[in-house]
Amino acid sequence: MARYLLLRLLDAIPTVFLVLLLVFIAMRILPGDPAIAALGDMATAEQLQLFREKMGLNAPLWMQFFSFVWGVLTLNMGTSMMSNQSVVGLVLYNLPYTIELTLVAMVMGVAAGVPLGVLAATHRNKLPDSGVRLFSLIGYAVPDFYLGALLLIVFALNLHWFPINGGGEGFVDRMYHVFLPALTLALVKAAFIGRLTRTSLLEVLSKDYIRTARAKGAKENRVIYRHGLRNALLPLTTGMGLSLLATLSGSVAIELVFNRPGIGKLLIGAIAERDYAVIQGGVVVFAMFVVVINLLMDLLYIVVDPRIRVNS
Amino acid sequence: MTIIADPVPELVDGGPGRFDFLRRALFGRPATIVAVVIIAAFVVVAALAPILAPYDPLTQSMLRINKSPSWENWLGTDQFGRDVLSRMIYGSRNSLLFGLISPFLAAIFGTTLGVIAGYFGGVVDRIISRVIDLLLAFPELLLAIMIAAVLGGGFWNVIVVITVAFIPGFARVARAQTLSVKQDPYVEAAIAIGVRTPVIIFRHIIPNIMAPIIVLMMLWVASAIRLEASLSFLGIGTQPPNPSWGNIIRDGLNNLFGSPWPIIGAGAAITLVVLAFNLVGDAVRDALDPSTV
Repeated sequence: MARYLLLRLLDAIPTVFLVLLLVFIAMRILPGDPAIAALGDMATAEQLQLFREKMGLNAPLWMQFFSFVWGVLTLNMGTSMMSNQSVVGLVLYNLPYTIELTLVAMVMGVAAGVPLGVLAATHRNKLPDSGVRLFSLIGYAVPDFYLGALLLIVFALNLHWFPINGGGEGFVDRMYHVFLPALTLALVKAAFIGRLTRTSLLEVLSKDYIRTARAKGAKENRVIYRHGLRNALLPLTTGMGLSLLATLSGSVAIELVFNRPGIGKLLIGAIAERDYAVIQGGVVVFAMFVVVINLLMDLLYIVVDPRIRVNS
Repeated sequence: MTIIADPVPELVDGGPGRFDFLRRALFGRPATIVAVVIIAAFVVVAALAPILAPYDPLTQSMLRINKSPSWENWLGTDQFGRDVLSRMIYGSRNSLLFGLISPFLAAIFGTTLGVIAGYFGGVVDRIISRVIDLLLAFPELLLAIMIAAVLGGGFWNVIVVITVAFIPGFARVARAQTLSVKQDPYVEAAIAIGVRTPVIIFRHIIPNIMAPIIVLMMLWVASAIRLEASLSFLGIGTQPPNPSWGNIIRDGLNNLFGSPWPIIGAGAAITLVVLAFNLVGDAVRDALDPSTV
């Protein structure tokens, strides 16, 4: 198991490197001249030259890549052109809000989705099953930012139950502010997790050992939760990893809808202002999120599925 | 020898065609028929937008801003006095256009990459597979946001962004399918008698991996429409004043105290179209692979 852990961690290093390379290629080569991208078509030749000088864009590409990677590793990614704050500082200020939103949404979504899936699987082709399937059908189709805007209009604007915008101060206030945005993402997530739980539980429940468990007289609850759900967890873990990343991508639009601080809002704001260093920082943060979450999911498999521990 | 040179016989006329499953899938279940009708209705609306739209989608009027729905303006007007329904009707063009073009382009590029990786193997395969595995770790939306962050909005950029976000998925499927088809006796026979590589790829490999690619294309039309809406909502998709369902919601959110109708209308349109395309995509997948039902 220690070997598996070590191998998986070592494997993450070239992945991080490759991700940084792709981000670098995208930022420096694809869109043409970043100086024009940042300053606009109207910039004079001197302004462009000054910008290139300042951002180190005159150096050979391989040196630029090296200093880019070095900057990421040493947490020195330049300063924002708009606010003159360091990019790392901006990221560190906004990061907790995004993590908070994603985690609360995740917990709410799983807490609602798994029981829904179990309900649907244990009442297959009956009313609860149809209800859950309709719910996930709509949950798959409705855009999260639309759902968020509707919740905002109803519960914040008209009923005044929740604040309209902001991130909040102190734990209780922050939870109060995060509730509606998290609920939005959680509803979409519950649709996904519910459908996934239903499918994998149905598959497990058709296995021989479930018949054996019933034959030896185990109580139905024990069969469902102890023998069934536990074995349905592995595909669910994969699904939750995907779903965590989906929630993270959804958080970008949701932060905009509810006007709360966060990495998504930082990135979108930077795009509007062509704040080159901040765009780069935001993109790197999201890329690292993906690498880290995938790593954590792989490690979680070991906990959920003892077979991986034995085989490696 | 001419018979051996063409190991795949032409399909007999009147027998089941390669894409017969599409017809069965589309008209098999009542829910799918409803979905097809909804899609057809939106396509007609998008095609006939100049005739159907009661007003010009860009004409502003300070005299009638933030109107509630009425007989003159079925969905009211926005903060610039533009007719919301007309903007939605014209916006449907963008949604459907991106929804259909991007998966198609992604299928072409992704299949090319996947077939190259799967057929030739070796270093080429290792490089392509590694990059694809990496990109597959990103949700399409996040990948699209990251690319759009770099490229910016606008018609062609949005097409590029959504296409690139979908390429890894197609490449993975095409690669796996190619690996499996490559083992089939008719491909081995073609290689053995010295058929040229491009001929093998275009005549024997690609036709035999098309079915899952087409299913994926159908499944991702809905995702592409959602992606375009999300990007436009974020301000990195279709650029104002051109209407798109996503940026109508964005405008609506900036005018929350004015009128909620743009948000409600445009969001409902996105949901309905995505739902319909999801149903059709699922039906096509089920028809092709009954084990997933």
